Amino acid sequence: MANAIPQPTIPQAERENYLNKEYGVWSWLLTTDHKRIALLYLLSITFFFFIGGFFALLIRLELLTPAGDLVQADTYNKLFTMHGMVMIFFFLIPSIPAVLGNFLVPLMIGAKDLAFPRINLLSWYLYIIGGVIMLHCMLTGGVDTGWTFYAPFSTSFTNTKIVEAGIAIFIAGFSSILTGLNFVVTIHRMRAPGMTWSRLPLFIWAHYATSIIQLLGTPVVAVTILLVAAERALHLGIFDPKLGGDPLLFQHLFWFYSHPAVYIMILPSMGVVTEIIACFSRKRIFGYHFVAFSSIAIAVFGFLVWAHHMFVAGISVYSALVFSFLSYAVALPSAIKVFNWTATLYKGSIHYDAPMLYAFGFLGLFTIGGLTGLFLSALGINVHVTDTYFVVAHFHYIMVGGAVMGYLGGMHFWWPKISGRLYPEGWARLAALIVFIGFNLTFFPQFLLGYMGMPRRYYDYSHMPEFQVLNVLSTAGATILGVGYLLPMVYFLWSMRYGKPASDNPWNAAGLEWKTTSPPPTFNFDEEPVVTWEAYNYEELDAPHKEEVPVAG
Amino acid sequence: MQDNANANASSFTAVHDHHGEAHAAHNPALLHHFAEPQQQRDAASLGMWVFLATEVMFFGGLFCAYLIYRRWYFGDFAAASKSIDMSLGATNTAVLICSSLTVVLAVWAAQTARKALLVGMLILTMLFGLTFLGIKGIEYKDKFEEHHVPGASFSFDHVEIPGHPGQFANPRHAQMFFSLYFVMTGLHALHMIIGLGIFTWLLIMAWKGRFTPEWHTPVEIGGLYWHFVDIVWIYLFPLLYLIDRHP
Amino acid sequence: MSAHSSTKSPLKGYFAVWIALLIGTGLTVYAATLDLAPYNAAVALGIATIKATLVALFFMHVWHASERLTKLVVIAALFFLLLLLGLTMSDYATRLWS
Repeated sequence: MANAIPQPTIPQAERENYLNKEYGVWSWLLTTDHKRIALLYLLSITFFFFIGGFFALLIRLELLTPAGDLVQADTYNKLFTMHGMVMIFFFLIPSIPAVLGNFLVPLMIGAKDLAFPRINLLSWYLYIIGGVIMLHCMLTGGVDTGWTFYAPFSTSFTNTKIVEAGIAIFIAGFSSILTGLNFVVTIHRMRAPGMTWSRLPLFIWAHYATSIIQLLGTPVVAVTILLVAAERALHLGIFDPKLGGDPLLFQHLFWFYSHPAVYIMILPSMGVVTEIIACFSRKRIFGYHFVAFSSIAIAVFGFLVWAHHMFVAGISVYSALVFSFLSYAVALPSAIKVFNWTATLYKGSIHYDAPMLYAFGFLGLFTIGGLTGLFLSALGINVHVTDTYFVVAHFHYIMVGGAVMGYLGGMHFWWPKISGRLYPEGWARLAALIVFIGFNLTFFPQFLLGYMGMPRRYYDYSHMPEFQVLNVLSTAGATILGVGYLLPMVYFLWSMRYGKPASDNPWNAAGLEWKTTSPPPTFNFDEEPVVTWEAYNYEELDAPHKEEVPVAG
Repeated sequence: MQDNANANASSFTAVHDHHGEAHAAHNPALLHHFAEPQQQRDAASLGMWVFLATEVMFFGGLFCAYLIYRRWYFGDFAAASKSIDMSLGATNTAVLICSSLTVVLAVWAAQTARKALLVGMLILTMLFGLTFLGIKGIEYKDKFEEHHVPGASFSFDHVEIPGHPGQFANPRHAQMFFSLYFVMTGLHALHMIIGLGIFTWLLIMAWKGRFTPEWHTPVEIGGLYWHFVDIVWIYLFPLLYLIDRHP
Repeated sequence: MSAHSSTKSPLKGYFAVWIALLIGTGLTVYAATLDLAPYNAAVALGIATIKATLVALFFMHVWHASERLTKLVVIAALFFLLLLLGLTMSDYATRLWS
């Protein structure tokens, strides 16, 4: 059927959209428009990305030399702790859901807004309050326990500001829970007529699965933080060995959330990559239902494997066996996705625009990161590489090589829709290349370092000076990576003023969000869409005049 | 929402705004981003159920900690449990059960346009809630006086383990019981207080006559929350108070 | 979840559940005074579960819920709770084996 995209008759710049509808600080701070809230989040998480990145820079500088000569040991402990806490809780976990999810979920399903717009705004305020408390905590001494704040060090022995950091994360956790709640209810209740579950973009399926994890996992870490704070502030000792408490119980409760949390970080990115690969291969995603259900499977299976972080901590070996087996099982749905993406690329018409470059980067780096997770799930290998740089490299491959690449790819892909402007493609491809090179130079040496025995969280490795070469390479890579991250920030800002205005659908992509203007009006669509076509209808999009071709005979 | 799912129209069909014809003046409570009141109701209801699922996990972490330590230190926990007042706990259980009844009657009153009954039931529910908190306060005071509050002044010496005459409970493990007792009942009481806040707002709205049989969603979802808090207590009572009550 | 046009008044059902809950409470207290070791805990939790189920099904209207989705949310919450309790216990229960 014909897919007539209504062409704008009024010049783009003069049309009312969500950006120019109202001006003034309060129109932003009191907005309930999901698109404006997405931009509020964009600014906030970028700010925290800089903070987390700053700590990373200091860590890498320290590790340039074997001796601990840049900072003291205690300070170094604070550096890697704050790097982890800020990056995980204030950057990665919100990133795609709070920015791209908030912006796109209503658009993709044909709704005017999320189910609970005011709760959406509350989510952002909770994030900001948590962030401010965390900033204050960092500026007045910080925390030195590692982002995992294990008991009894965190409850009984450290003198740093655990309670304050705990409160910050607790509040930010509720921001996450409310976002998940909003998405689940929206996806169930607000789909446009004709938008059945099987027609949903896989980005939506990914966010639905992510929301399940946010909803069911975050409360457990919230109550764990509460217990740690109660133990420190009120002497209610739950994890205190002096009272017969078990430090391992803390780890069970902590990792029950924190393992699924890594799936909160990667699933949305997988959703983004799916959209990009389909668009830039000009093909429907191969195995739509497999990809959709694998997202749900990852969310559920992700809750079954947490004790693989505790193999050497003292859990029973029988329990370890079970968790090891389950950890292999959780790789299956992710592998299914990789196979489906690959099959989508096969015989596709590949376009190497910047979003696609990031998607390719994701494919390779996520695969490496995921496979090294399997090494770690093998009990024998785990004993050897636990608490070494092997683990550090593994999770950075997934979180940075995977999640952040997906985030950047998504930001490029949907930038025209969000801002109404095109970013400069040449610079974007260069930046993608720089990020890819910088990333691998930073983190591949860390696999080698870890396997050779360099422990993590050490500021001084002078008893193993042979590790310096790889550390220097890693730091050099980090610098290049930093440049790669700065470039998009510069040219995105540049494009808001000087970029070419974007049409409704500059990529000729499938999806309801491309059927409205760039940027969209406040209520998203001029008329409520009625969906009568399947998702990823690229064949129709690429052959709009097929019906007009006279049939011979 | 699937009304036009199979329409063979072209891709973009204007859907007329339903509001004008069917409802003479649609409820001012209908928010602009919803197409119709039923959608808004369904969204609110699903939202509350999903929120309660998060609360299950929130309390679940505490139950997990409790079950593990109870298994490890059963005798000490039994001794500690015996020292909290079972009749006060049982009374509180009955109080909450009665409050759940008044909540469900309030919802029924809203559904059947019985404003006086609605207001009365909401007030009764809150009275039951306050009674619960009052009794809890008495329990906490007792524990404070007996030095059973964990911390520097905690003491639990020479308390026999039930069923094992001559064996005394380990005070450190008893302190673990009380840590869990205070965190679990304290968190529950906090949820109760929040519930009272919600019901105060419901009461004001009901008094002003804002609820109708067509729209009384806040009463329904406020009720769901209250029932959930009751269910948590239904589990807390036997677990904390009734470990070993053999005479 | 809006006003049902059910012809039967639900009031009798509500009062019946209320009485059942109060009886259940009394039963739990009585059972705690009996020596049923090692089944004391199971009995107490069993009665508690029956009470909680009654509240959920009839006071929270899950039994008459118009959608399967409501039931799915309840089941999902219980499933993940049992996962947390069960898999954690799998460590503690097997630590002393070998």
